[in-house]
Amino acid sequence: MNITVIAPGSLTTVQDGGRKGYLACGMPCAGVMDSRAYADANRLVGNRPQAAVLEATIFGPTLRFDGDGLCAITGAEMTASLDGVQLRRGVSFPVHAEQTLALGFAAEGCRSYIAFRGGIDVPLVMGSRATDLKCRIGGLSGRSLRSGDAFATGEDGVLRPLKGLPVPAYPQAVTVHAILGPQDDCFTPAGLDTFFQTAWQLTPQSDRMGLRLTGGCIESIKGVDVVSDGIVFGSVQITPKGQPIILMADHGTTGGYAKPATVCSFDLPLLSQLKPGGTVRFVPVTVAQARQLAPHPTLIDRIREVLHHE
Amino acid sequence: MEQAHILPSGDRAMVVEFGKTIDEAVNAQVQALAASLRDRPLRGVTECVPTYRSLLVCFDPSRVRFETLARRLLSRCSALSNASSVPGRILTLPCLYDGEDLPDMAQLTGLDTEEIIRIHADRDYLVYMLGFLPGFVYLGGMDERIAAPRLATPRTVIPAGSVGIGGKQTGVYPMASPGGWRLIGRTPIPLYDPSRDEPILCRAGDRVRFAPINAMQFDRLSAQIADGSWSPATLLEGGVPS
Repeated sequence: MNITVIAPGSLTTVQDGGRKGYLACGMPCAGVMDSRAYADANRLVGNRPQAAVLEATIFGPTLRFDGDGLCAITGAEMTASLDGVQLRRGVSFPVHAEQTLALGFAAEGCRSYIAFRGGIDVPLVMGSRATDLKCRIGGLSGRSLRSGDAFATGEDGVLRPLKGLPVPAYPQAVTVHAILGPQDDCFTPAGLDTFFQTAWQLTPQSDRMGLRLTGGCIESIKGVDVVSDGIVFGSVQITPKGQPIILMADHGTTGGYAKPATVCSFDLPLLSQLKPGGTVRFVPVTVAQARQLAPHPTLIDRIREVLHHE
Repeated sequence: MEQAHILPSGDRAMVVEFGKTIDEAVNAQVQALAASLRDRPLRGVTECVPTYRSLLVCFDPSRVRFETLARRLLSRCSALSNASSVPGRILTLPCLYDGEDLPDMAQLTGLDTEEIIRIHADRDYLVYMLGFLPGFVYLGGMDERIAAPRLATPRTVIPAGSVGIGGKQTGVYPMASPGGWRLIGRTPIPLYDPSRDEPILCRAGDRVRFAPINAMQFDRLSAQIADGSWSPATLLEGGVPS
Protein backbone atom coordinates (compact mmCIF):
# COMPACT_ATOMS: atom_id res chain seq x y z
CA MET A 1 0.00 0.00 0.00
CA ASN A 2 1.24 3.49 -0.82
CA ILE A 3 0.53 6.42 1.43
CA THR A 4 0.50 10.03 0.26
CA VAL A 5 0.94 12.97 2.61
CA ILE A 6 -1.88 15.48 2.07
CA ALA A 7 -0.84 17.65 5.04
CA PRO A 8 2.22 16.95 7.19
CA GLY A 9 1.01 18.23 10.57
CA SER A 10 3.28 20.33 12.76
CA LEU A 11 6.18 17.86 13.00
CA THR A 12 5.74 14.32 11.74
CA THR A 13 8.71 12.01 11.27
CA VAL A 14 9.37 8.37 10.41
CA GLN A 15 10.78 6.68 13.52
CA ASP A 16 11.74 3.27 14.85
CA GLY A 17 13.68 2.05 17.88
CA GLY A 18 16.68 4.15 16.85
CA ARG A 19 20.19 3.80 15.48
CA LYS A 20 22.06 1.48 17.82
CA GLY A 21 25.77 0.84 18.04
CA TYR A 22 27.20 4.17 16.88
CA LEU A 23 27.17 6.26 20.07
CA ALA A 24 30.95 5.86 20.35
CA CYS A 25 31.24 7.52 16.91
CA GLY A 26 29.22 10.55 17.97
CA MET A 27 26.12 9.34 16.11
CA PRO A 28 22.91 10.00 18.06
CA CYS A 29 20.43 7.16 18.50
CA ALA A 30 17.29 9.16 17.55
CA GLY A 31 14.19 6.91 17.29
CA VAL A 32 10.82 7.25 18.97
CA MET A 33 10.31 9.46 22.02
CA ASP A 34 7.56 7.30 23.59
CA SER A 35 8.77 3.71 23.30
CA ARG A 36 5.64 2.34 24.99
CA ALA A 37 3.14 3.89 22.57
CA TYR A 38 5.44 2.85 19.70
CA ALA A 39 5.50 -0.78 20.86
CA ASP A 40 1.70 -0.80 21.24
CA ALA A 41 1.17 0.65 17.76
CA ASN A 42 3.25 -2.09 16.15
CA ARG A 43 1.60 -4.80 18.25
CA LEU A 44 -1.86 -3.65 17.19
CA VAL A 45 -1.12 -4.05 13.49
CA GLY A 46 0.99 -7.21 13.96
CA ASN A 47 4.35 -5.69 13.01
CA ARG A 48 7.80 -6.76 14.14
CA PRO A 49 8.74 -4.65 17.19
CA GLN A 50 11.39 -2.73 15.22
CA ALA A 51 9.06 -1.68 12.35
CA ALA A 52 9.03 2.01 11.41
CA VAL A 53 5.99 4.17 12.24
CA LEU A 54 5.07 7.84 12.06
CA GLU A 55 5.57 10.02 15.12
CA ALA A 56 3.24 13.04 14.99
CA THR A 57 3.80 16.00 17.32
CA ILE A 58 0.97 18.17 18.72
CA PHE A 59 -0.87 18.43 15.39
CA GLY A 60 -1.12 15.29 13.28
CA PRO A 61 -0.91 14.69 9.52
CA THR A 62 -3.53 13.97 6.87
CA LEU A 63 -2.76 10.90 4.76
CA ARG A 64 -4.35 9.19 1.75
CA PHE A 65 -4.11 5.48 0.96
CA ASP A 66 -4.00 3.87 -2.48
CA GLY A 67 -4.79 0.34 -1.30
CA ASP A 68 -6.10 -1.81 1.52
CA GLY A 69 -4.25 -2.01 4.80
CA LEU A 70 -4.43 -2.01 8.54
CA CYS A 71 -3.58 0.95 10.80
CA ALA A 72 -3.43 1.85 14.45
CA ILE A 73 -2.98 5.09 16.37
CA THR A 74 -1.50 5.21 19.87
CA GLY A 75 0.00 7.83 22.13
CA ALA A 76 -1.44 11.33 22.42
CA GLU A 77 -5.18 11.73 21.94
CA MET A 78 -5.34 13.61 18.67
CA THR A 79 -8.68 13.98 16.97
CA ALA A 80 -8.62 11.34 14.25
CA SER A 81 -11.00 10.40 11.49
CA LEU A 82 -11.11 8.14 8.45
CA ASP A 83 -13.15 9.77 5.68
CA GLY A 84 -14.81 11.87 8.35
CA VAL A 85 -15.69 8.98 10.66
CA GLN A 86 -14.21 9.40 14.14
CA LEU A 87 -11.56 6.89 15.17
CA ARG A 88 -10.46 5.67 18.57
CA ARG A 89 -6.90 5.27 19.78
CA GLY A 90 -5.49 1.92 20.80
CA VAL A 91 -7.39 -0.19 18.25
CA SER A 92 -6.44 -1.57 14.85
CA PHE A 93 -8.69 -0.51 11.98
CA PRO A 94 -8.79 -1.39 8.26
CA VAL A 95 -8.23 1.28 5.61
CA HIS A 96 -9.08 1.11 1.92
CA ALA A 97 -7.97 2.67 -1.33
CA GLU A 98 -8.83 6.38 -1.71
CA GLN A 99 -9.61 6.79 1.99
CA THR A 100 -8.20 9.73 3.93
CA LEU A 101 -6.94 9.55 7.49
CA ALA A 102 -6.87 12.94 9.20
CA LEU A 103 -5.35 13.66 12.59
CA GLY A 104 -5.85 16.93 14.39
CA PHE A 105 -4.75 18.62 17.57
CA ALA A 106 -3.46 16.64 20.55
CA ALA A 107 -6.04 17.14 23.29
CA GLU A 108 -4.19 14.88 25.73
CA GLY A 109 -0.50 14.11 25.38
CA CYS A 110 1.98 15.47 22.84
CA ARG A 111 2.99 12.69 20.43
CA SER A 112 0.91 10.17 18.50
CA TYR A 113 2.19 7.08 16.75
CA ILE A 114 0.61 5.86 13.53
CA ALA A 115 1.50 2.31 12.56
CA PHE A 116 0.68 0.64 9.24
CA ARG A 117 0.70 -3.12 8.87
CA GLY A 118 4.04 -3.94 7.23
CA GLY A 119 5.81 -0.90 8.66
CA ILE A 120 7.11 2.02 6.61
CA ASP A 121 9.45 0.98 3.83
CA VAL A 122 12.18 3.62 3.77
CA PRO A 123 15.87 2.65 3.39
CA LEU A 124 17.81 1.52 6.43
CA VAL A 125 20.58 4.01 7.20
CA MET A 126 23.18 2.64 9.60
CA GLY A 127 20.75 -0.07 10.63
CA SER A 128 17.71 2.12 11.31
CA ARG A 129 14.87 3.91 9.55
CA ALA A 130 14.65 6.60 12.25
CA THR A 131 14.72 10.21 11.07
CA ASP A 132 17.62 12.10 12.61
CA LEU A 133 16.73 15.75 11.99
CA LYS A 134 20.11 17.13 13.07
CA CYS A 135 22.24 14.71 11.02
CA ARG A 136 19.64 14.80 8.20
CA ILE A 137 19.51 11.04 7.67
CA GLY A 138 16.89 8.30 7.90
CA GLY A 139 13.15 8.46 7.29
CA LEU A 140 12.25 10.58 4.27
CA SER A 141 15.58 12.18 3.26
CA GLY A 142 16.38 12.92 6.89
CA ARG A 143 13.57 15.45 7.32
CA SER A 144 10.03 15.68 8.60
CA LEU A 145 7.06 14.93 6.32
CA ARG A 146 5.95 17.47 3.70
CA SER A 147 2.79 17.70 1.65
CA GLY A 148 3.11 15.53 -1.46
CA ASP A 149 5.53 13.02 0.09
CA ALA A 150 4.68 9.40 -0.59
CA PHE A 151 5.94 6.19 0.93
CA ALA A 152 5.02 2.50 0.86
CA THR A 153 4.38 -0.05 3.57
CA GLY A 154 7.01 -2.76 4.02
CA GLU A 155 7.22 -6.38 5.03
CA ASP A 156 7.29 -6.17 8.81
CA GLY A 157 3.69 -7.35 9.25
CA VAL A 158 4.48 -10.91 10.26
CA LEU A 159 2.46 -11.25 13.48
CA ARG A 160 -1.23 -11.51 14.22
CA PRO A 161 -2.81 -8.08 14.68
CA LEU A 162 -4.63 -7.24 17.92
CA LYS A 163 -8.10 -5.69 18.16
CA GLY A 164 -7.25 -3.31 20.95
CA LEU A 165 -4.93 -2.45 23.82
CA PRO A 166 -5.50 -0.34 26.94
CA VAL A 167 -4.77 3.35 26.39
CA PRO A 168 -2.71 5.03 29.12
CA ALA A 169 -3.56 8.49 30.47
CA TYR A 170 -1.14 11.31 29.72
CA PRO A 171 -1.33 13.74 32.64
CA GLN A 172 0.26 17.15 32.08
CA ALA A 173 1.65 17.25 35.62
CA VAL A 174 3.96 14.29 36.07
CA THR A 175 6.34 13.00 38.71
CA VAL A 176 9.30 11.04 37.44
CA HIS A 177 11.90 8.96 39.25
CA ALA A 178 15.50 10.08 38.96
CA ILE A 179 18.75 8.46 40.08
CA LEU A 180 21.42 10.83 41.43
CA GLY A 181 24.58 11.08 39.37
CA PRO A 182 26.87 11.15 37.57
CA GLN A 183 27.72 14.73 38.69
CA ASP A 184 25.47 15.47 41.68
CA ASP A 185 28.69 16.45 43.50
CA CYS A 186 28.87 19.62 41.37
CA PHE A 187 25.81 21.06 43.16
CA THR A 188 25.19 22.48 46.63
CA PRO A 189 22.69 20.73 48.95
CA ALA A 190 20.40 23.73 48.36
CA GLY A 191 20.81 23.28 44.60
CA LEU A 192 19.78 19.62 44.81
CA ASP A 193 16.84 20.59 47.05
CA THR A 194 15.70 23.03 44.38
CA PHE A 195 16.02 20.30 41.77
CA PHE A 196 13.86 17.82 43.71
CA GLN A 197 11.34 20.26 45.18
CA THR A 198 10.40 22.40 42.21
CA ALA A 199 7.42 21.79 39.95
CA TRP A 200 9.34 22.51 36.74
CA GLN A 201 7.50 23.82 33.74
CA LEU A 202 8.20 22.66 30.19
CA THR A 203 9.11 25.58 27.92
CA PRO A 204 8.14 25.91 24.23
CA GLN A 205 11.85 25.54 23.32
CA SER A 206 11.56 21.84 24.14
CA ASP A 207 11.98 19.40 21.27
CA ARG A 208 13.08 15.86 20.44
CA MET A 209 16.59 16.74 21.58
CA GLY A 210 15.68 17.95 25.02
CA LEU A 211 12.93 19.15 27.34
CA ARG A 212 13.92 22.59 28.60
CA LEU A 213 12.54 23.39 32.02
CA THR A 214 11.97 26.60 33.92
CA GLY A 215 10.84 27.42 37.44
CA GLY A 216 13.95 27.75 39.56
CA CYS A 217 17.70 28.12 39.54
CA ILE A 218 19.89 25.23 40.63
CA GLU A 219 22.91 26.32 42.60
CA SER A 220 26.21 24.72 41.68
CA ILE A 221 29.41 24.74 43.73
CA LYS A 222 31.84 26.01 41.08
CA GLY A 223 29.82 26.27 37.87
CA VAL A 224 28.37 23.56 35.65
CA ASP A 225 31.27 23.07 33.22
CA VAL A 226 32.71 19.59 33.37
CA VAL A 227 35.08 17.74 31.05
CA SER A 228 32.68 16.36 28.41
CA ASP A 229 31.38 12.88 29.07
CA GLY A 230 28.67 10.51 27.86
CA ILE A 231 24.94 11.28 27.79
CA VAL A 232 21.95 8.94 27.83
CA PHE A 233 18.24 9.36 26.99
CA GLY A 234 17.00 10.82 30.30
CA SER A 235 20.20 12.57 31.46
CA VAL A 236 19.39 15.87 33.14
CA GLN A 237 21.96 18.57 32.46
CA ILE A 238 22.02 21.98 34.08
CA THR A 239 22.76 25.05 31.97
CA PRO A 240 25.09 27.85 33.17
CA LYS A 241 21.92 29.77 34.15
CA GLY A 242 20.87 26.91 36.44
CA GLN A 243 18.02 25.57 34.30
CA PRO A 244 17.55 21.83 33.77
CA ILE A 245 17.32 20.20 30.34
CA ILE A 246 16.17 16.57 30.17
CA LEU A 247 17.96 15.04 27.18
CA MET A 248 15.61 13.05 24.98
CA ALA A 249 15.69 10.78 21.90
CA ASP A 250 17.75 13.09 19.63
CA HIS A 251 20.33 13.95 22.32
CA GLY A 252 23.98 14.30 21.37
CA THR A 253 26.25 11.53 22.57
CA THR A 254 28.44 13.68 24.83
CA GLY A 255 28.14 16.97 26.67
CA GLY A 256 30.03 19.32 28.93
CA TYR A 257 27.38 20.47 31.42
CA ALA A 258 27.10 18.79 34.82
CA LYS A 259 24.32 16.23 35.21
CA PRO A 260 22.92 15.93 38.74
CA ALA A 261 20.59 13.03 37.94
CA THR A 262 19.13 10.75 35.28
CA VAL A 263 15.42 10.05 34.76
CA CYS A 264 14.60 6.33 34.99
CA SER A 265 13.99 4.76 31.58
CA PHE A 266 10.50 3.56 32.47
CA ASP A 267 9.32 7.15 33.08
CA LEU A 268 10.54 8.48 29.72
CA PRO A 269 7.33 7.57 27.81
CA LEU A 270 5.30 9.68 30.25
CA LEU A 271 7.73 12.60 29.90
CA SER A 272 7.60 12.35 26.11
CA GLN A 273 3.88 13.08 26.28
CA LEU A 274 4.31 16.36 28.15
CA LYS A 275 3.38 19.48 26.19
CA PRO A 276 4.94 22.91 26.75
CA GLY A 277 3.32 24.34 29.87
CA GLY A 278 3.12 20.91 31.50
CA THR A 279 4.94 20.37 34.77
CA VAL A 280 7.40 17.79 35.98
CA ARG A 281 8.72 16.94 39.43
CA PHE A 282 11.68 14.71 40.14
CA VAL A 283 11.70 12.22 42.99
CA PRO A 284 15.04 10.66 43.96
CA VAL A 285 15.40 6.88 43.90
CA THR A 286 18.36 4.52 44.27
CA VAL A 287 19.37 2.06 41.58
CA ALA A 288 17.84 -0.77 43.67
CA GLN A 289 14.54 1.14 44.10
CA ALA A 290 14.45 1.82 40.36
CA ARG A 291 14.76 -1.89 39.71
CA GLN A 292 11.75 -2.56 41.95
CA LEU A 293 9.71 0.13 40.23
CA ALA A 294 10.54 -0.94 36.66
CA PRO A 295 7.76 -2.88 34.97
CA HIS A 296 8.91 -6.48 34.78
CA PRO A 297 8.64 -8.08 31.36
CA THR A 298 6.25 -11.02 31.35
CA LEU A 299 7.23 -14.42 30.01
CA ILE A 300 5.21 -13.63 26.87
CA ASP A 301 7.19 -10.39 26.38
CA ARG A 302 10.44 -12.32 26.73
CA ILE A 303 9.39 -14.94 24.18
CA ARG A 304 8.30 -12.23 21.79
CA GLU A 305 11.65 -10.50 22.21
CA VAL A 306 13.62 -13.69 21.55
CA LEU A 307 11.53 -14.48 18.48
CA HIS A 308 11.81 -11.07 16.88
CA HIS A 309 15.24 -9.74 17.72
CA GLU A 310 17.13 -11.86 15.23
CA MET B 1 46.98 7.33 39.09
CA GLU B 2 43.42 7.53 40.39
CA GLN B 3 41.42 4.39 41.04
CA ALA B 4 38.56 3.80 38.61
CA HIS B 5 35.15 4.32 40.15
CA ILE B 6 31.53 3.87 39.13
CA LEU B 7 28.94 6.65 38.88
CA PRO B 8 25.30 5.82 38.11
CA SER B 9 23.85 7.25 34.93
CA GLY B 10 20.26 6.13 35.34
CA ASP B 11 18.86 2.59 35.47
CA ARG B 12 20.38 1.49 32.16
CA ALA B 13 23.89 2.99 32.18
CA MET B 14 26.86 3.74 34.39
CA VAL B 15 30.02 5.76 34.06
CA VAL B 16 33.42 4.25 34.79
CA GLU B 17 35.42 7.33 35.70
CA PHE B 18 39.22 7.31 35.68
CA GLY B 19 39.86 10.97 36.49
CA LYS B 20 38.47 14.47 36.11
CA THR B 21 41.00 16.07 33.75
CA ILE B 22 42.00 15.91 30.09
CA ASP B 23 45.10 13.78 30.26
CA GLU B 24 46.59 11.22 27.85
CA ALA B 25 47.33 8.71 30.62
CA VAL B 26 43.77 8.91 31.97
CA ASN B 27 42.37 8.58 28.44
CA ALA B 28 44.60 5.55 27.79
CA GLN B 29 42.80 3.76 30.62
CA VAL B 30 39.43 4.66 29.07
CA GLN B 31 40.55 3.27 25.69
CA ALA B 32 42.00 0.15 27.31
CA LEU B 33 38.70 -0.66 29.01
CA ALA B 34 36.74 0.10 25.81
CA ALA B 35 39.03 -2.18 23.79
CA SER B 36 38.78 -4.90 26.39
CA LEU B 37 34.96 -4.77 26.27
CA ARG B 38 35.07 -4.94 22.46
CA ASP B 39 37.28 -8.03 22.57
CA ARG B 40 35.61 -9.77 25.49
CA PRO B 41 32.11 -8.31 25.98
CA LEU B 42 30.45 -8.47 29.38
CA ARG B 43 26.95 -9.92 29.60
CA GLY B 44 24.20 -7.31 29.33
CA VAL B 45 26.39 -4.48 27.96
CA THR B 46 24.65 -2.89 24.97
CA GLU B 47 26.91 0.01 24.06
CA CYS B 48 29.96 1.96 25.31
CA VAL B 49 30.90 5.61 24.82
CA PRO B 50 34.56 6.48 25.49
CA THR B 51 35.12 10.11 26.49
CA TYR B 52 38.13 12.12 27.72
CA ARG B 53 38.24 10.63 31.17
CA SER B 54 35.46 8.08 31.50
CA LEU B 55 33.64 5.28 29.74
CA LEU B 56 29.85 5.35 29.60
CA VAL B 57 28.60 1.76 29.69
CA CYS B 58 24.97 1.17 28.66
CA PHE B 59 23.37 -2.09 29.73
CA ASP B 60 20.13 -4.02 29.66
CA PRO B 61 18.88 -4.32 33.26
CA SER B 62 16.87 -7.42 32.36
CA ARG B 63 20.14 -9.22 31.55
CA VAL B 64 22.47 -7.94 34.26
CA ARG B 65 22.08 -6.14 37.58
CA PHE B 66 23.72 -2.76 38.04
CA GLU B 67 25.73 -3.97 41.05
CA THR B 68 26.94 -7.11 39.26
CA LEU B 69 28.05 -5.21 36.18
CA ALA B 70 29.72 -2.51 38.30
CA ARG B 71 31.74 -5.20 40.10
CA ARG B 72 32.75 -6.88 36.84
CA LEU B 73 33.79 -3.59 35.27
CA LEU B 74 35.97 -2.66 38.23
CA SER B 75 37.65 -6.03 38.28
CA ARG B 76 38.22 -5.73 34.52
CA CYS B 77 39.83 -2.32 35.18
CA SER B 78 42.21 -3.65 37.80
CA ALA B 79 43.20 -6.51 35.50
CA LEU B 80 44.00 -3.95 32.81
CA SER B 81 45.94 -1.49 34.92
CA ASN B 82 49.16 -3.49 34.59
CA ALA B 83 48.78 -4.19 30.91
CA SER B 84 50.38 -1.79 28.46
CA SER B 85 48.03 0.63 26.77
CA VAL B 86 46.33 -0.36 23.53
CA PRO B 87 48.29 0.88 20.51
CA GLY B 88 45.88 3.02 18.50
CA ARG B 89 46.04 3.34 14.74
CA ILE B 90 47.62 6.30 12.99
CA LEU B 91 45.43 7.92 10.33
CA THR B 92 47.09 10.25 7.84
CA LEU B 93 44.61 12.88 6.76
CA PRO B 94 45.51 14.79 3.58
CA CYS B 95 44.85 18.49 4.09
CA LEU B 96 44.87 21.39 1.64
CA TYR B 97 45.92 24.34 3.79
CA ASP B 98 43.99 27.12 2.06
CA GLY B 99 41.63 28.11 4.87
CA GLU B 100 40.14 31.57 4.69
CA ASP B 101 41.16 32.37 8.27
CA LEU B 102 44.89 31.71 7.70
CA PRO B 103 45.71 35.43 7.21
CA ASP B 104 43.92 36.30 10.48
CA MET B 105 45.64 33.40 12.18
CA ALA B 106 49.00 34.78 11.07
CA GLN B 107 48.15 38.10 12.60
CA LEU B 108 46.86 36.56 15.85
CA THR B 109 49.83 34.25 16.33
CA GLY B 110 52.57 36.43 14.91
CA LEU B 111 53.67 33.54 12.71
CA ASP B 112 53.61 33.44 8.93
CA THR B 113 51.15 31.05 7.30
CA GLU B 114 53.86 28.57 6.21
CA GLU B 115 54.99 28.33 9.82
CA ILE B 116 51.39 27.76 11.05
CA ILE B 117 50.96 24.97 8.50
CA ARG B 118 54.31 23.40 9.37
CA ILE B 119 53.46 23.41 13.09
CA HIS B 120 49.94 22.09 12.52
CA ALA B 121 51.11 19.21 10.30
CA ASP B 122 54.08 18.36 12.51
CA ARG B 123 52.23 16.38 15.19
CA ASP B 124 50.21 13.27 15.75
CA TYR B 125 47.00 14.23 17.53
CA LEU B 126 45.35 11.79 19.91
CA VAL B 127 41.64 11.21 19.26
CA TYR B 128 40.44 11.53 22.84
CA MET B 129 36.81 10.94 21.92
CA LEU B 130 34.11 11.47 19.32
CA GLY B 131 30.97 13.50 19.92
CA PHE B 132 29.03 16.67 19.00
CA LEU B 133 28.46 15.41 15.43
CA PRO B 134 28.83 11.95 13.89
CA GLY B 135 32.54 11.47 13.27
CA PHE B 136 33.62 14.68 15.04
CA VAL B 137 37.00 13.98 16.68
CA TYR B 138 38.16 15.73 19.83
CA LEU B 139 41.90 15.95 19.17
CA GLY B 140 44.46 16.69 21.86
CA GLY B 141 47.96 18.01 21.98
CA MET B 142 47.98 20.98 19.61
CA ASP B 143 51.03 23.26 19.76
CA GLU B 144 49.89 26.32 21.70
CA ARG B 145 51.84 28.65 19.43
CA ILE B 146 49.01 28.24 16.89
CA ALA B 147 46.15 28.54 19.39
CA ALA B 148 43.62 31.28 18.55
CA PRO B 149 40.29 32.30 20.05
CA ARG B 150 37.09 31.21 18.32
CA LEU B 151 35.32 33.65 16.03
CA ALA B 152 33.20 36.17 17.92
CA THR B 153 30.35 35.42 15.51
CA PRO B 154 30.19 31.77 14.45
CA ARG B 155 29.67 31.01 10.76
CA THR B 156 26.23 29.66 9.95
CA VAL B 157 27.58 26.98 7.61
CA ILE B 158 31.01 25.40 7.61
CA PRO B 159 31.44 22.87 4.79
CA ALA B 160 32.18 19.21 5.57
CA GLY B 161 35.91 18.47 5.64
CA SER B 162 36.92 21.91 6.98
CA VAL B 163 39.94 21.81 9.28
CA GLY B 164 39.90 24.44 11.99
CA ILE B 165 41.38 25.74 15.20
CA GLY B 166 39.26 26.79 18.19
CA GLY B 167 41.20 27.88 21.25
CA LYS B 168 43.82 25.22 21.98
CA GLN B 169 41.97 22.60 19.94
CA THR B 170 42.08 21.55 16.33
CA GLY B 171 39.64 19.37 14.46
CA VAL B 172 37.72 18.55 11.31
CA TYR B 173 34.04 19.20 10.62
CA PRO B 174 32.68 15.80 9.48
CA MET B 175 29.52 17.33 8.04
CA ALA B 176 28.30 20.80 7.16
CA SER B 177 27.49 22.57 10.40
CA PRO B 178 27.44 26.00 12.02
CA GLY B 179 30.65 26.66 13.94
CA GLY B 180 33.03 29.18 15.42
CA TRP B 181 36.42 27.63 14.71
CA ARG B 182 38.94 29.42 12.53
CA LEU B 183 39.36 27.62 9.23
CA ILE B 184 42.89 26.77 8.15
CA GLY B 185 42.28 24.11 5.52
CA ARG B 186 40.16 21.26 4.23
CA THR B 187 40.46 17.55 3.69
CA PRO B 188 38.76 15.78 0.79
CA ILE B 189 38.33 12.67 2.98
CA PRO B 190 34.73 12.19 4.17
CA LEU B 191 35.24 11.25 7.84
CA TYR B 192 31.53 10.49 7.98
CA ASP B 193 29.50 8.85 5.25
CA PRO B 194 26.31 7.10 6.37
CA SER B 195 26.17 5.05 3.16
CA ARG B 196 29.62 3.50 3.69
CA ASP B 197 30.12 0.08 5.35
CA GLU B 198 32.21 1.83 7.96
CA PRO B 199 30.34 5.14 8.21
CA ILE B 200 32.83 6.77 10.59
CA LEU B 201 36.55 6.34 10.00
CA CYS B 202 38.16 7.54 13.26
CA ARG B 203 37.91 5.79 16.55
CA ALA B 204 38.73 7.09 20.01
CA GLY B 205 42.33 6.13 20.80
CA ASP B 206 43.56 6.61 17.20
CA ARG B 207 46.06 9.29 16.29
CA VAL B 208 45.51 11.71 13.42
CA ARG B 209 48.35 13.23 11.38
CA PHE B 210 47.67 15.99 8.83
CA ALA B 211 49.61 15.72 5.57
CA PRO B 212 49.76 18.92 3.47
CA ILE B 213 48.58 18.45 -0.13
CA ASN B 214 48.23 20.86 -3.05
CA ALA B 215 45.08 21.75 -4.96
CA MET B 216 45.82 19.21 -7.70
CA GLN B 217 46.17 16.39 -5.20
CA PHE B 218 42.98 17.57 -3.51
CA ASP B 219 41.08 17.42 -6.80
CA ARG B 220 42.51 14.01 -7.70
CA LEU B 221 41.50 12.58 -4.33
CA SER B 222 38.04 14.13 -4.60
CA ALA B 223 37.62 12.51 -8.02
CA GLN B 224 38.70 9.13 -6.67
CA ILE B 225 36.25 9.44 -3.78
CA ALA B 226 33.47 10.42 -6.19
CA ASP B 227 34.08 7.49 -8.58
CA GLY B 228 34.47 4.98 -5.75
CA SER B 229 38.13 4.10 -6.41
CA TRP B 230 39.34 5.54 -3.09
CA SER B 231 39.59 3.23 -0.09
CA PRO B 232 39.59 4.33 3.57
CA ALA B 233 42.43 1.84 4.13
CA THR B 234 44.80 4.31 2.44
CA LEU B 235 44.57 6.55 5.52
CA LEU B 236 46.44 3.88 7.46
CA GLU B 237 49.20 3.59 4.88
CA GLY B 238 50.58 6.98 5.74
CA GLY B 239 51.26 8.11 2.22
CA VAL B 240 49.89 11.06 0.32
CA PRO B 241 48.89 10.59 -3.33
CA SER B 242 51.41 11.90 -5.82
